[in-house]
Amino acid sequence: MSADPGAARRRDLSLLLAVLLALLGVALTIIYFMALQAGAAPRLADLAYARLPGTGVQNPVTAVLLNYRAYDTLMELAVLLAALLGIWSLGPAAPGFQRSGAVLAGMVSWIVPLLIVTGGYLLWVGGYAPGGAFQAGALLGAAGVIVRLAGDPRAGLPAEAAQRWLLVLGVLVFTLVGLGLMVFGAGFLTYPPKLAKWLILAIEMAATVAIAVALAAAYVGGRPPGPEARPTAADEDAEPQPPASSPRPPVPGR
Amino acid sequence: MLTAQFLYGGAGLALFVLGLWSFLVHEPLLRKIIALNITGAGVFHVLIAIAYRGDAAPPDPVPHALVLTGIVVAVSATALALMLGARLQDAEDEDRSR
Repeated sequence: MSADPGAARRRDLSLLLAVLLALLGVALTIIYFMALQAGAAPRLADLAYARLPGTGVQNPVTAVLLNYRAYDTLMELAVLLAALLGIWSLGPAAPGFQRSGAVLAGMVSWIVPLLIVTGGYLLWVGGYAPGGAFQAGALLGAAGVIVRLAGDPRAGLPAEAAQRWLLVLGVLVFTLVGLGLMVFGAGFLTYPPKLAKWLILAIEMAATVAIAVALAAAYVGGRPPGPEARPTAADEDAEPQPPASSPRPPVPGR
Repeated sequence: MLTAQFLYGGAGLALFVLGLWSFLVHEPLLRKIIALNITGAGVFHVLIAIAYRGDAAPPDPVPHALVLTGIVVAVSATALALMLGARLQDAEDEDRSR
C-alpha cells in the first residue's frame, strides 16, 4: 500500500460516500415500497383517458406529448436544437472514417432503407399505438450514425445550409401551428378537435425530421464537413490511398 | 403484481444510487458522463414502474411521455457533454505539448 496520505484520505472519503449512498438507496426503497402499499392516489391518467376522444389521436402517450403537454415537447425540441448549436459552436467535425469494405457497405445499403421505412411506419402508427416522432426520429438518427460509420463524413445529411433548415423545422412548424391557431381564435397549441389529427401529424413529421437530423449531426460531432469532404464517384474511381496504420488493402465502396 | 412493480422500481433506485456513487467517486470526465446516464436510466426505470396501474387498467401515459421526453434530452445533453470533454482533452494535450 502506498504511504501517500492523500490517496488514503480519498479512499476513506469514497468509502464514506458509498455508505451514505447505500443508506440513501435503502431509504428511497422503503419510501417507494410504502408508496406502493398505500395504493393508488387519484392521478392524471384518468383525466388523460377521459379526454382522449377530443385529442385527435388514440394513443394516450402521443396525446400527452403533442396535445396536453405540447409546450413541453416544443421546448424539448428547442433543447435538442440548443444542444446541437452548442456542439457546432465547438468547431468543425472530425474527418470521419475510411470508406467501408464491401461487406459493411452491402449491409448498410440494406439496413438504411429498412430503417427509413420503419421510421415512417413508427411515425404513422404513433397515432393509435406505441410509436411517434421520437421513436421514428431515433431510428432515422441511427441510420445516420450507420452511414457515418460506413465512411460518409456527413452521415448522409445534406450541406450545412440545408441542415440548418432541417434542424429548425421541428420548432418552426410547431411554433407556426401554435401561432396560426392563435390567429384563428384558439389558444396557442389548443387544437380544435376536428383539425387536431392533421395538425399533430404535421408537427410530428417536422419533429421527426428535426430529431433525426439533430441526432445524426450530434454524432458527427461538429460543424458539418464541406462538400469537398463528401466522397464522390470520382473518388471511388481514383486509386484509394492505403491508410498507414491499416494492413488491410482498401476496398472500393461497393 | 405488486412484486414485479416493486422489483422494477427498486432496480431503478439501485441504478440511481450506483450512478450517483460512480459520478461522485470517479475522476475522469467520461466516467462521470456515463455515470450520469446510468443515474438517468434509474430515474426512467422508476417513472415507468410508477406508471403501472394494475393488470386491469392501462398504464398511466403521463410518466411514459415524461420518459420519452427525458430520453431525448438526456441523449442531446450527453452528446454536448462528450464534445465539451473532447475539446477539453484537446486543449490539455496542446498545453502539455507546448
